[in-house]
Amino acid sequence: MTAQSTQILPTRRNEDWRYSDLDALREVWPQDIQTTRTLNVAAGETARLDDHLTGNGWRNEIVEITVATGATLNGTIVQSRDADAVTTQHYAITLGAGARCELHILQTGSRYGRISLAVEMGEASHFALGGVIIAATSQTQEIVTHVNHDQPRATSQQIIRAVADDQSVTSYLGKVAVARGAQKTDSAQSAKALVLTRTATANLKPELEIFADDVKCAHGASVGALDANALFYLQSRGIAPAEAQALLTRSFLAAAFANLDDDDAMQLTDRALAAMQKPRGEKRP
Amino acid sequence: MLQIHDLHASVDGKQILNGLSLTINAGEIHAIMGPNGSGKSTLSYVLAGRAGYEVTQGSVTLDGKDLLALDAHQRAAAGLFLGLQYPVEIPGVSNLMFLRTALNAQRRARGEPEASGAEFMRLIKVEAEGFGLSMDMLKRPVNVGFSGGEKKRNEMVQMAVLAPKMALLDETDSGLDIDALRIVADGINRLRAPDRATLLITHYQRLLDYVVPDRIHVLVGGRIVRSGGPELAHELERDGYVDIAA
Repeated sequence: MTAQSTQILPTRRNEDWRYSDLDALREVWPQDIQTTRTLNVAAGETARLDDHLTGNGWRNEIVEITVATGATLNGTIVQSRDADAVTTQHYAITLGAGARCELHILQTGSRYGRISLAVEMGEASHFALGGVIIAATSQTQEIVTHVNHDQPRATSQQIIRAVADDQSVTSYLGKVAVARGAQKTDSAQSAKALVLTRTATANLKPELEIFADDVKCAHGASVGALDANALFYLQSRGIAPAEAQALLTRSFLAAAFANLDDDDAMQLTDRALAAMQKPRGEKRP
Repeated sequence: MLQIHDLHASVDGKQILNGLSLTINAGEIHAIMGPNGSGKSTLSYVLAGRAGYEVTQGSVTLDGKDLLALDAHQRAAAGLFLGLQYPVEIPGVSNLMFLRTALNAQRRARGEPEASGAEFMRLIKVEAEGFGLSMDMLKRPVNVGFSGGEKKRNEMVQMAVLAPKMALLDETDSGLDIDALRIVADGINRLRAPDRATLLITHYQRLLDYVVPDRIHVLVGGRIVRSGGPELAHELERDGYVDIAA
């Protein structure tokens, strides 16, 4: 899933890269700036991951995370790199038995930004992801998840909210695989995109592959515009159209940050809304 | 306060209002009654300035100001309030945040100082109590998980805090049980003031047992076909709209 320079440049034939900005990737391809980081949370411990991705150029990092038996990892990943940057950031996460991992992503920066996660679920482990993508100008932004349920009684949840403005492209590809022995798996996925202009694009692709017979796998995806009823309701109370739109966008994003406490959710949402206000750079010619 | 003259309006090219005229003076409460499809909700949306509701002829002034020249949010700042028949749910935005944003947007538009956090909380506490909604409920997202009656009471709290000159209440009584109806009616009576006018839009005379209007108008086919005093409600209840329209 990563764009390691030792490998071959991904093509559209690869399902995972179908909506990606391969032109941007091709431009940076020869530079090998890949780094690898590891994070191990020992059995029974609790740790935090705070990745704030900033700067310019190509960032192509693999983060290998192991959360051991009964351990907990909570984390926030904010990608707000420069308008010219290219970002392909990959998290390979292995959860031990009874381990818990809860991540929140806010993806706003880079002309091409990709955050991918591959999660191996341990027995009775829990993985939750709340992700927000804000894209404008000609940005391409994507979140890709592969959640593998190989063991029984694990639970996983992904809630993704994407806002696409101008000519931007936002994508969420979310695959959940449940192996034959992974009985009592409980997996839920919700992806929604808000398309603010006719020229913006949103791709939402939930994918379920289930080989066990006693599992619960829910998924839903929808693409739409702001609700005209709600817009009128706010305006009828004296709120001007631009402010009404911001409030409704806040409302749209809320589900992705619902697991966070109020202050953290508010802070991330404020950042997301601020990213919508500021002008972003165009792609290089 | 509100002057509607020869109002014609259409939705999706379909003519709904056909020459409606109505004057409501400050301090008065009027009621508009009418059968389904007579144009009651269209009238409320046209007055509030909802997109898609096109005025083809006529005029509307609020306190002498041309209402039709204003956008929906400017009409609210000018003192118009519409209590909706179906209040909208807005997940992720608390009632408190919503209402404070609305109040301060209106005050800014009128060139008045904004309400501080403390002033706003004082205001809303009084009104929430008056309409039987707890502050805990108001901390929750707008109308999410509220029953039909709670949504309507929430509309009344908003109205009381925003203190409009002219309140339009579109079927505020529908979906209310008898206790909630009494709370809402008490609220309307309490908010009655010499410098405020109210227009109740309703199907049934039930609400008018608790709020006695100065005038009742019967709307049929997009026009007012009859006007009268409070006794008209009982006549309608007895004889139905058919005879009136004939």
